[in-house]
Amino acid sequence: MAGATSLHAAADPAVRFESRSATREAPWVKWTLIAVSLAFFALFLLLPLIAVFVEALRKGWDAYIAALVEPDALSAIRLTLLAAAISVPLNLSFGVAAAWAIAKFDFRGKHLLITLIDLPFSVSPVVAGLIYVLVFGAQGWFGPWLQAHDLKVIFAVPGIVLATVFVTFPFIARELIPLMQAQGKEEEEAAVVLGANGWQTFRYVTLPNIKWGLLYGVILCNARAMGEFGAVSVVSGHIRGLTNTLPLHVEILYNEYQFAAAFAVASLLALLALVTLAVKTWIEHQATQSGDASQ
Amino acid sequence: MSRPAARVLPGFNLTLGYTLFYLSIIVLVPLSAVFIKTASLGLSQFWDVVTTPRVLASYRLSFGASLLAAAINAVFGLMLAWVLVRYRFPGKKLIDALVDLPFALPTAVAGIALTALYAPNGWLGSLLAPLDIKIAFGPPGVLVALIFIGLPFVVRTVQPILEDLDTELEEASASLGAQRWQTFRHVILPILLPALLTGFALAFARAVGEYGSVIFIAGNIPMVSEITPLMIITKLEQYDYAGATAIAVVMLVFSFLLLLAINGLQAWTEKATGRNR
Repeated sequence: MAGATSLHAAADPAVRFESRSATREAPWVKWTLIAVSLAFFALFLLLPLIAVFVEALRKGWDAYIAALVEPDALSAIRLTLLAAAISVPLNLSFGVAAAWAIAKFDFRGKHLLITLIDLPFSVSPVVAGLIYVLVFGAQGWFGPWLQAHDLKVIFAVPGIVLATVFVTFPFIARELIPLMQAQGKEEEEAAVVLGANGWQTFRYVTLPNIKWGLLYGVILCNARAMGEFGAVSVVSGHIRGLTNTLPLHVEILYNEYQFAAAFAVASLLALLALVTLAVKTWIEHQATQSGDASQ
Repeated sequence: MSRPAARVLPGFNLTLGYTLFYLSIIVLVPLSAVFIKTASLGLSQFWDVVTTPRVLASYRLSFGASLLAAAINAVFGLMLAWVLVRYRFPGKKLIDALVDLPFALPTAVAGIALTALYAPNGWLGSLLAPLDIKIAFGPPGVLVALIFIGLPFVVRTVQPILEDLDTELEEASASLGAQRWQTFRHVILPILLPALLTGFALAFARAVGEYGSVIFIAGNIPMVSEITPLMIITKLEQYDYAGATAIAVVMLVFSFLLLLAINGLQAWTEKATGRNR
């Protein structure tokens, strides 16, 4: 009985507050608060989302499909997928390594390291693009050397990948670090004492414990990698069909007053966002379930 | 020499080495380029670049609109978090999931969608135009975009603290004769304050650096509706790398100070609520 109640409470914490007279408000207060917050929510979040799809279909399905299968749009899709396919695994391996070092060992400067890992979150995307221009641009540190060897980073695909890696840098690490810190290291130590090697310990002991956090970080990292605009805009050079990602393609179409096409491409990114939120909610649900099971 | 207990787990050198190497090549070395490049400008030259009237106007807009947006989000974000934690109503789960939309929706998409809504011929803009209220293509448009971007920060920092609140506190307060509002003001709000301030600071920090969602709706009129990140882009397009970098230094120094403040606030939240996260 008690178990059933607590499970119900976990599903909706509101029950706990609404069932006691000391922790609930008069109905008019409750419904006013709900109405005001939902109006704010609708005005600032829901309406823009709806606008994307309505504007995308303004000229009908044929124009919508045509905007998506046009060669420049397809090459933008390819480049966006490529940038995500490179930056997500890179940041995944970094996130796992950083979380392992930080959560399982003690060393000096740990807090500083955690702060530095968070650093890209507090850097403006425009500045994130700028720093790679300063390093790899024609007038940058490696500019002359790159030119001499006929290599291009800025206004080319490598620059876009680098900028994407930078802006998505902390996502997976910051998800895994607190999770692995909270789990401690007893289980891993037991595995090692029983004769497991490092890889086996990670694969069979650590990974099952962190899989939901890992997936959560990957999903968020991927969404940002595919949607980044400011940083990529600085290093891209906006060469159609060559260095345009989906968000940059949206900008070009929009600035050319091809609004329906711009919103059609934007609706792809909005769908990606909705899928991301759905998967994220599902992961949260799974994580709570498995958390309950282990307790 | 006594050493601490031997490390049982393997991989310390490998993982820490890789972490430091990757952090350095992706983040630290490129970021240092900004400061080294700026050093090539003299101090007086640097000062001239970062205090031209047009750049000063961009600071006023970027910081002013970001502060205002964060403040509005603090009020409505707290209300939304409260409603999501305390009340049951239809559609609640869907709304809870959609609160994170600004994290997931690419900023350029948000930018053109908000412009479509608030432009003079847009869904909402056409309703406001007869009242002589203009949102898009001016500073109010910047504010709208920054509210959109910042909302989840406040909701998601306040929500877990609200969920963990003990009902006993409020029951004690009520049994001592406090009105519901007094209980909120003197019992609940002080507990929420560190988290609320953290959410406010996170929303503010994000808004100051925001670019994609703002440039479509701002109109980008010099001295009126240009944000600071746009000034960097403008300088870059003129191949004025030193000028762009100087403004970037101002933004970076400000972000670092804000990051320190946020770390302090988060430590305070953990101490105040006994949460360990």
